[in-house]
Amino acid sequence: MKQKELDGYQEFMKGLWKENPTFVQVLGMCPTLAVTNSAINAVVMAVATFFVLVGSSFLVSALQRWIPSQVRISLYVIIIATFVTLADYSLLATLPAVHKQLGAFIPLIVVNCIILGRAEAFASRYPVKYAVLDAAGMGAGFFLSLTMLGTVREILGTGTLFDIPLFGKGFEPWVTMILPPGGFITLGLLLLLSNWVTKKRAEFLKQVAAAQQEGL
Amino acid sequence: MENLVWIFISTLLINNFVLSYFLGLCPFLGVSGRLETSFRLGMATSFVLVVTAISVWFLNTYVLIYAPYLRLISFIVVIASTVQFIEMAIKKLSPALFKALGIYLPLITTNCAILGLAVFATSRNYGFLEGLAFALGAGAGFTLALVLMAGIREEIEKTGDIPDLVRGTAMNLLVAGSLSLAFMGFAGLFSAG
Repeated sequence: MKQKELDGYQEFMKGLWKENPTFVQVLGMCPTLAVTNSAINAVVMAVATFFVLVGSSFLVSALQRWIPSQVRISLYVIIIATFVTLADYSLLATLPAVHKQLGAFIPLIVVNCIILGRAEAFASRYPVKYAVLDAAGMGAGFFLSLTMLGTVREILGTGTLFDIPLFGKGFEPWVTMILPPGGFITLGLLLLLSNWVTKKRAEFLKQVAAAQQEGL
Repeated sequence: MENLVWIFISTLLINNFVLSYFLGLCPFLGVSGRLETSFRLGMATSFVLVVTAISVWFLNTYVLIYAPYLRLISFIVVIASTVQFIEMAIKKLSPALFKALGIYLPLITTNCAILGLAVFATSRNYGFLEGLAFALGAGAGFTLALVLMAGIREEIEKTGDIPDLVRGTAMNLLVAGSLSLAFMGFAGLFSAG
Protein backbone atom coordinates (compact mmCIF):
# COMPACT_ATOMS: atom_id res chain seq x y z
CA MET A 1 0.00 0.00 0.00
CA LYS A 2 1.34 3.39 -0.91
CA GLN A 3 1.37 5.65 2.11
CA LYS A 4 0.27 9.20 1.63
CA GLU A 5 2.47 12.06 2.76
CA LEU A 6 1.65 12.85 6.38
CA ASP A 7 1.92 16.11 8.20
CA GLY A 8 1.96 15.66 11.97
CA TYR A 9 0.35 19.02 12.66
CA GLN A 10 -2.50 18.32 10.23
CA GLU A 11 -3.07 14.88 11.73
CA PHE A 12 -3.48 16.48 15.13
CA MET A 13 -5.63 19.41 14.07
CA LYS A 14 -8.18 17.48 12.04
CA GLY A 15 -9.57 15.88 15.19
CA LEU A 16 -10.41 19.25 16.69
CA TRP A 17 -12.90 20.48 14.14
CA LYS A 18 -12.83 19.09 10.61
CA GLU A 19 -13.25 15.46 11.73
CA ASN A 20 -14.43 16.09 15.27
CA PRO A 21 -15.45 12.68 16.61
CA THR A 22 -18.66 13.94 18.19
CA PHE A 23 -19.99 16.63 15.89
CA VAL A 24 -18.82 15.39 12.52
CA GLN A 25 -18.37 11.62 12.84
CA VAL A 26 -21.10 11.20 15.50
CA LEU A 27 -19.20 8.40 17.24
CA GLY A 28 -19.02 7.46 20.89
CA MET A 29 -22.47 8.74 21.69
CA CYS A 30 -23.05 6.68 24.82
CA PRO A 31 -20.45 8.29 27.09
CA THR A 32 -20.98 11.65 25.40
CA LEU A 33 -24.56 11.85 26.56
CA ALA A 34 -24.46 9.81 29.73
CA VAL A 35 -21.76 11.62 31.69
CA THR A 36 -22.17 15.20 30.56
CA ASN A 37 -24.66 16.17 33.24
CA SER A 38 -21.95 18.21 34.92
CA ALA A 39 -18.77 19.83 33.67
CA ILE A 40 -16.44 17.98 36.04
CA ASN A 41 -17.78 14.54 35.03
CA ALA A 42 -17.39 15.46 31.39
CA VAL A 43 -13.79 16.58 31.92
CA VAL A 44 -12.77 13.45 33.83
CA MET A 45 -14.45 11.20 31.27
CA ALA A 46 -12.73 13.01 28.40
CA VAL A 47 -9.32 12.75 30.08
CA ALA A 48 -9.79 9.01 30.69
CA THR A 49 -10.85 8.49 27.07
CA PHE A 50 -7.89 10.56 25.88
CA PHE A 51 -5.51 8.34 27.85
CA VAL A 52 -7.04 5.12 26.51
CA LEU A 53 -7.15 6.45 22.96
CA VAL A 54 -3.50 7.53 22.89
CA GLY A 55 -2.28 4.42 24.72
CA SER A 56 -4.09 1.92 22.54
CA SER A 57 -3.27 3.75 19.31
CA PHE A 58 0.38 3.70 20.31
CA LEU A 59 0.35 -0.03 21.04
CA VAL A 60 -1.69 -0.97 17.97
CA SER A 61 0.60 1.04 15.73
CA ALA A 62 3.75 -0.37 17.33
CA LEU A 63 2.52 -3.96 17.02
CA GLN A 64 0.93 -3.64 13.58
CA ARG A 65 3.51 -5.88 11.93
CA TRP A 66 2.79 -8.79 14.27
CA ILE A 67 -1.01 -8.63 14.35
CA PRO A 68 -2.57 -11.13 11.95
CA SER A 69 -5.49 -9.50 10.18
CA GLN A 70 -7.98 -12.31 10.90
CA VAL A 71 -7.93 -11.76 14.64
CA ARG A 72 -7.10 -8.06 14.67
CA ILE A 73 -10.42 -6.81 16.03
CA SER A 74 -10.30 -9.12 19.05
CA LEU A 75 -6.71 -8.12 19.72
CA TYR A 76 -7.55 -4.42 19.49
CA VAL A 77 -10.41 -4.91 21.90
CA ILE A 78 -8.13 -6.70 24.37
CA ILE A 79 -5.52 -3.93 24.13
CA ILE A 80 -8.20 -1.30 24.68
CA ALA A 81 -9.70 -3.22 27.60
CA THR A 82 -6.28 -3.35 29.25
CA PHE A 83 -5.87 0.41 29.08
CA VAL A 84 -9.40 0.96 30.32
CA THR A 85 -8.73 -1.28 33.30
CA LEU A 86 -5.64 0.84 34.05
CA ALA A 87 -7.66 4.05 33.81
CA ASP A 88 -10.45 2.59 35.92
CA TYR A 89 -8.17 1.61 38.79
CA SER A 90 -6.15 4.85 38.68
CA LEU A 91 -9.35 6.89 38.89
CA LEU A 92 -10.58 4.80 41.78
CA ALA A 93 -7.33 5.53 43.60
CA THR A 94 -7.15 9.27 42.89
CA LEU A 95 -10.71 10.59 42.54
CA PRO A 96 -13.03 8.13 44.29
CA ALA A 97 -15.97 10.58 44.38
CA VAL A 98 -15.97 11.22 40.64
CA HIS A 99 -15.32 7.54 39.97
CA LYS A 100 -18.46 6.70 41.88
CA GLN A 101 -20.53 9.20 39.89
CA LEU A 102 -19.24 7.95 36.56
CA GLY A 103 -19.79 4.39 37.75
CA ALA A 104 -20.35 1.91 34.97
CA PHE A 105 -19.41 4.37 32.26
CA ILE A 106 -15.66 4.06 32.81
CA PRO A 107 -15.64 0.35 31.84
CA LEU A 108 -17.85 1.27 28.91
CA ILE A 109 -14.97 3.23 27.36
CA VAL A 110 -14.01 -0.18 25.92
CA VAL A 111 -16.92 -0.08 23.51
CA ASN A 112 -16.49 3.58 22.62
CA CYS A 113 -16.46 3.35 18.83
CA ILE A 114 -14.02 6.26 18.53
CA ILE A 115 -11.19 4.19 19.96
CA LEU A 116 -11.75 1.04 17.93
CA GLY A 117 -12.42 3.24 14.92
CA ARG A 118 -9.06 5.01 15.20
CA ALA A 119 -7.22 1.73 15.82
CA GLU A 120 -8.74 0.16 12.73
CA ALA A 121 -8.78 3.14 10.41
CA PHE A 122 -5.53 4.87 11.35
CA ALA A 123 -3.20 3.38 13.96
CA SER A 124 -2.94 -0.03 12.27
CA ARG A 125 -1.69 1.56 9.04
CA TYR A 126 0.64 4.37 9.93
CA PRO A 127 3.89 4.83 11.90
CA VAL A 128 3.74 5.25 15.65
CA LYS A 129 4.44 8.98 15.65
CA TYR A 130 1.46 9.82 13.46
CA ALA A 131 -0.79 7.32 15.18
CA VAL A 132 -0.16 9.02 18.51
CA LEU A 133 -0.69 12.49 17.04
CA ASP A 134 -3.91 11.38 15.36
CA ALA A 135 -5.17 9.82 18.60
CA ALA A 136 -4.21 12.92 20.56
CA GLY A 137 -6.12 15.11 18.11
CA MET A 138 -9.22 12.94 18.26
CA GLY A 139 -8.95 12.82 22.05
CA ALA A 140 -8.67 16.61 22.18
CA GLY A 141 -11.68 16.98 19.90
CA PHE A 142 -13.64 14.63 22.10
CA PHE A 143 -12.52 16.61 25.15
CA LEU A 144 -13.70 19.83 23.51
CA SER A 145 -17.17 18.58 22.62
CA LEU A 146 -17.68 16.78 25.92
CA THR A 147 -16.69 19.84 27.94
CA MET A 148 -18.97 22.00 25.81
CA LEU A 149 -21.95 19.70 26.43
CA GLY A 150 -21.17 19.34 30.13
CA THR A 151 -20.83 23.08 30.62
CA VAL A 152 -24.07 23.94 28.83
CA ARG A 153 -26.01 21.27 30.68
CA GLU A 154 -24.62 22.11 34.10
CA ILE A 155 -25.18 25.85 33.73
CA LEU A 156 -28.77 25.41 32.55
CA GLY A 157 -29.63 22.46 34.74
CA THR A 158 -28.24 23.51 38.10
CA GLY A 159 -27.05 27.08 37.61
CA THR A 160 -23.48 26.19 38.56
CA LEU A 161 -20.18 25.59 36.80
CA PHE A 162 -17.71 23.15 38.38
CA ASP A 163 -20.00 23.36 41.43
CA ILE A 164 -19.55 27.14 41.75
CA PRO A 165 -22.92 28.95 41.73
CA LEU A 166 -23.16 31.39 38.84
CA PHE A 167 -26.48 33.09 39.39
CA GLY A 168 -28.22 34.73 42.32
CA LYS A 169 -30.95 33.16 44.43
CA GLY A 170 -33.63 34.00 41.87
CA PHE A 171 -32.33 31.37 39.43
CA GLU A 172 -34.75 28.56 38.77
CA PRO A 173 -32.77 25.47 37.64
CA TRP A 174 -33.95 23.85 34.45
CA VAL A 175 -33.75 20.31 35.83
CA THR A 176 -34.60 18.59 32.56
CA MET A 177 -31.23 19.62 31.21
CA ILE A 178 -29.30 17.37 33.56
CA LEU A 179 -31.77 14.52 33.03
CA PRO A 180 -31.51 12.22 29.98
CA PRO A 181 -33.78 14.22 27.61
CA GLY A 182 -31.58 17.29 28.15
CA GLY A 183 -28.61 15.33 26.83
CA PHE A 184 -30.33 14.39 23.59
CA ILE A 185 -31.72 17.86 23.04
CA THR A 186 -28.52 19.74 23.88
CA LEU A 187 -26.46 17.53 21.57
CA GLY A 188 -29.07 17.90 18.83
CA LEU A 189 -28.93 21.68 19.10
CA LEU A 190 -25.11 21.73 19.23
CA LEU A 191 -25.05 19.59 16.08
CA LEU A 192 -27.38 22.05 14.41
CA LEU A 193 -25.05 24.87 15.42
CA SER A 194 -22.03 23.06 14.05
CA ASN A 195 -23.85 22.28 10.77
CA TRP A 196 -24.76 25.94 10.50
CA VAL A 197 -21.21 27.13 11.15
CA THR A 198 -19.83 24.69 8.57
CA LYS A 199 -22.38 25.83 6.00
CA LYS A 200 -21.74 29.53 6.64
CA ARG A 201 -18.00 28.95 6.43
CA ALA A 202 -18.34 27.19 3.07
CA GLU A 203 -20.48 30.07 1.78
CA PHE A 204 -17.94 32.59 3.02
CA LEU A 205 -15.04 30.76 1.34
CA LYS A 206 -17.04 30.63 -1.88
CA GLN A 207 -17.62 34.38 -1.75
CA VAL A 208 -13.94 35.01 -1.14
CA ALA A 209 -13.03 32.83 -4.08
CA ALA A 210 -15.58 34.62 -6.27
CA ALA A 211 -14.26 38.01 -5.20
CA GLN A 212 -10.71 36.95 -5.96
CA GLN A 213 -11.70 35.84 -9.42
CA GLU A 214 -13.39 39.13 -10.16
CA GLY A 215 -10.24 40.92 -9.05
CA LEU A 216 -8.10 38.99 -11.48
CA MET B 1 -41.12 -13.30 41.91
CA GLU B 2 -42.44 -9.81 42.49
CA ASN B 3 -38.88 -8.62 42.54
CA LEU B 4 -38.23 -10.18 39.13
CA VAL B 5 -41.29 -8.54 37.61
CA TRP B 6 -40.20 -5.22 39.05
CA ILE B 7 -36.72 -5.54 37.56
CA PHE B 8 -38.22 -6.40 34.17
CA ILE B 9 -40.71 -3.51 34.08
CA SER B 10 -38.28 -0.96 35.45
CA THR B 11 -35.60 -1.84 32.86
CA LEU B 12 -38.20 -1.89 30.11
CA LEU B 13 -39.86 1.44 30.83
CA ILE B 14 -38.48 3.54 33.66
CA ASN B 15 -34.77 2.98 33.22
CA ASN B 16 -34.94 2.18 29.53
CA PHE B 17 -31.42 1.31 28.35
CA VAL B 18 -31.50 3.58 25.34
CA LEU B 19 -33.57 6.51 26.49
CA SER B 20 -32.36 6.96 30.03
CA TYR B 21 -28.99 5.17 30.26
CA PHE B 22 -27.83 6.13 26.76
CA LEU B 23 -26.70 2.59 26.02
CA GLY B 24 -26.79 1.22 22.49
CA LEU B 25 -27.06 4.63 20.89
CA CYS B 26 -25.01 3.78 17.81
CA PRO B 27 -27.54 1.28 16.40
CA PHE B 28 -30.36 3.42 17.82
CA LEU B 29 -29.29 6.38 15.69
CA GLY B 30 -27.78 4.40 12.83
CA VAL B 31 -30.15 1.52 12.13
CA SER B 32 -33.48 3.10 13.03
CA GLY B 33 -34.27 4.15 9.47
CA ARG B 34 -36.61 1.26 8.70
CA LEU B 35 -39.17 -0.39 10.95
CA GLU B 36 -38.54 -3.96 9.88
CA THR B 37 -34.75 -3.96 10.19
CA SER B 38 -34.93 -2.29 13.58
CA PHE B 39 -37.24 -4.98 14.88
CA ARG B 40 -34.95 -7.76 13.66
CA LEU B 41 -31.90 -6.08 15.12
CA GLY B 42 -33.74 -5.64 18.39
CA MET B 43 -34.50 -9.34 18.51
CA ALA B 44 -30.90 -10.39 17.76
CA THR B 45 -29.59 -7.98 20.38
CA SER B 46 -32.05 -9.28 22.98
CA PHE B 47 -30.81 -12.78 22.34
CA VAL B 48 -27.17 -11.76 22.83
CA LEU B 49 -28.18 -9.88 25.98
CA VAL B 50 -29.75 -12.98 27.50
CA VAL B 51 -26.76 -15.19 26.65
CA THR B 52 -24.41 -12.53 28.05
CA ALA B 53 -26.37 -12.30 31.29
CA ILE B 54 -26.06 -16.04 31.80
CA SER B 55 -22.33 -16.17 31.02
CA VAL B 56 -21.62 -13.13 33.17
CA TRP B 57 -23.32 -14.81 36.08
CA PHE B 58 -21.13 -17.89 35.65
CA LEU B 59 -17.99 -15.78 35.33
CA ASN B 60 -18.82 -13.70 38.37
CA THR B 61 -19.67 -16.68 40.52
CA TYR B 62 -16.93 -19.11 39.60
CA VAL B 63 -14.00 -17.30 38.00
CA LEU B 64 -13.80 -13.63 38.84
CA ILE B 65 -13.84 -14.00 42.60
CA TYR B 66 -10.22 -15.06 42.20
CA ALA B 67 -9.17 -12.31 39.82
CA PRO B 68 -11.45 -9.24 39.91
CA TYR B 69 -9.04 -7.12 37.83
CA LEU B 70 -9.66 -9.39 34.83
CA ARG B 71 -13.36 -8.51 34.86
CA LEU B 72 -13.49 -6.15 31.93
CA ILE B 73 -11.23 -8.19 29.69
CA SER B 74 -13.07 -11.44 30.34
CA PHE B 75 -16.46 -9.78 29.76
CA ILE B 76 -15.48 -8.39 26.42
CA VAL B 77 -13.93 -11.68 25.33
CA VAL B 78 -17.09 -13.54 26.31
CA ILE B 79 -19.28 -11.07 24.45
CA ALA B 80 -17.14 -11.14 21.32
CA SER B 81 -17.07 -14.92 21.24
CA THR B 82 -20.81 -15.21 21.96
CA VAL B 83 -21.59 -12.96 19.04
CA GLN B 84 -19.19 -14.89 16.85
CA PHE B 85 -20.77 -18.17 17.93
CA ILE B 86 -24.31 -16.96 17.31
CA GLU B 87 -23.23 -15.73 13.92
CA MET B 88 -21.95 -19.19 13.02
CA ALA B 89 -25.01 -20.92 14.46
CA ILE B 90 -27.46 -18.73 12.56
CA LYS B 91 -25.46 -19.13 9.38
CA LYS B 92 -25.70 -22.90 9.69
CA LEU B 93 -29.29 -23.16 10.90
CA SER B 94 -31.02 -20.45 8.93
CA PRO B 95 -29.11 -18.85 6.05
CA ALA B 96 -32.12 -16.68 5.24
CA LEU B 97 -32.09 -14.99 8.64
CA PHE B 98 -28.31 -14.64 8.44
CA LYS B 99 -28.63 -12.79 5.16
CA ALA B 100 -31.37 -10.54 6.51
CA LEU B 101 -29.34 -9.46 9.54
CA GLY B 102 -26.17 -8.91 7.52
CA ILE B 103 -23.62 -6.54 8.97
CA TYR B 104 -25.68 -5.76 12.07
CA LEU B 105 -24.90 -9.14 13.54
CA PRO B 106 -21.13 -8.72 14.11
CA LEU B 107 -21.69 -5.09 15.11
CA ILE B 108 -23.60 -6.23 18.18
CA THR B 109 -20.20 -6.76 19.82
CA THR B 110 -19.58 -3.02 20.01
CA ASN B 111 -23.10 -2.26 21.19
CA CYS B 112 -22.56 -0.66 24.58
CA ALA B 113 -25.86 -2.07 25.81
CA ILE B 114 -24.29 -5.53 26.04
CA LEU B 115 -21.22 -4.59 28.04
CA GLY B 116 -23.37 -2.14 29.99
CA LEU B 117 -25.69 -4.96 30.99
CA ALA B 118 -22.72 -7.05 32.16
CA VAL B 119 -21.26 -4.18 34.19
CA PHE B 120 -24.57 -3.11 35.73
CA ALA B 121 -25.56 -6.67 36.62
CA THR B 122 -22.20 -7.08 38.38
CA SER B 123 -22.30 -3.83 40.29
CA ARG B 124 -25.86 -4.53 41.49
CA ASN B 125 -24.99 -8.09 42.56
CA TYR B 126 -27.82 -9.65 40.60
CA GLY B 127 -28.36 -13.39 41.04
CA PHE B 128 -29.07 -15.77 38.17
CA LEU B 129 -32.83 -15.16 37.81
CA GLU B 130 -32.57 -11.45 38.49
CA GLY B 131 -29.88 -11.17 35.83
CA LEU B 132 -32.13 -12.99 33.39
CA ALA B 133 -35.06 -10.66 34.11
CA PHE B 134 -32.71 -7.70 33.73
CA ALA B 135 -31.50 -8.97 30.35
CA LEU B 136 -35.03 -9.62 29.10
CA GLY B 137 -36.15 -6.16 30.19
CA ALA B 138 -33.11 -4.54 28.61
CA GLY B 139 -33.65 -6.40 25.34
CA ALA B 140 -37.35 -5.59 25.21
CA GLY B 141 -36.62 -1.97 26.09
CA PHE B 142 -33.98 -1.70 23.39
CA THR B 143 -36.34 -3.18 20.81
CA LEU B 144 -39.16 -0.91 21.94
CA ALA B 145 -37.05 2.25 21.68
CA LEU B 146 -35.66 1.22 18.30
CA VAL B 147 -39.08 0.41 16.86
CA LEU B 148 -40.65 3.63 18.17
CA MET B 149 -37.80 5.68 16.75
CA ALA B 150 -37.99 3.91 13.38
CA GLY B 151 -41.74 4.49 13.21
CA ILE B 152 -41.37 8.19 13.89
CA ARG B 153 -38.54 8.54 11.39
CA GLU B 154 -40.48 6.77 8.66
CA GLU B 155 -43.42 9.14 9.20
CA ILE B 156 -41.18 12.20 9.14
CA GLU B 157 -39.52 11.03 5.93
CA LYS B 158 -42.96 10.62 4.36
CA THR B 159 -43.83 14.28 4.82
CA GLY B 160 -40.37 15.16 3.55
CA ASP B 161 -40.73 18.73 4.72
CA ILE B 162 -37.52 19.20 6.70
CA PRO B 163 -34.90 21.94 6.27
CA ASP B 164 -31.54 20.61 5.06
CA LEU B 165 -29.74 21.87 8.12
CA VAL B 166 -31.81 19.72 10.48
CA ARG B 167 -31.96 16.59 8.37
CA GLY B 168 -29.93 13.65 9.66
CA THR B 169 -28.42 13.21 13.08
CA ALA B 170 -29.52 16.54 14.51
CA MET B 171 -33.16 15.71 13.83
CA ASN B 172 -32.79 12.18 15.15
CA LEU B 173 -31.35 13.49 18.38
CA LEU B 174 -34.18 15.97 18.82
CA VAL B 175 -36.72 13.19 18.21
CA ALA B 176 -34.86 10.97 20.68
CA GLY B 177 -34.98 13.83 23.19
CA SER B 178 -38.76 14.06 22.95
CA LEU B 179 -39.07 10.27 23.23
CA SER B 180 -36.87 10.31 26.29
CA LEU B 181 -38.98 13.12 27.74
CA ALA B 182 -42.08 10.99 27.20
CA PHE B 183 -40.47 7.99 28.88
CA MET B 184 -39.70 10.12 31.94
CA GLY B 185 -43.42 9.98 32.57
CA PHE B 186 -43.05 6.32 33.54
CA ALA B 187 -40.94 7.32 36.54
CA GLY B 188 -44.10 7.65 38.63
CA LEU B 189 -45.34 4.19 37.69
CA PHE B 190 -44.37 2.49 40.92
CA SER B 191 -44.10 5.16 43.56
CA ALA B 192 -47.68 6.25 42.83
CA GLY B 193 -49.21 2.79 43.20
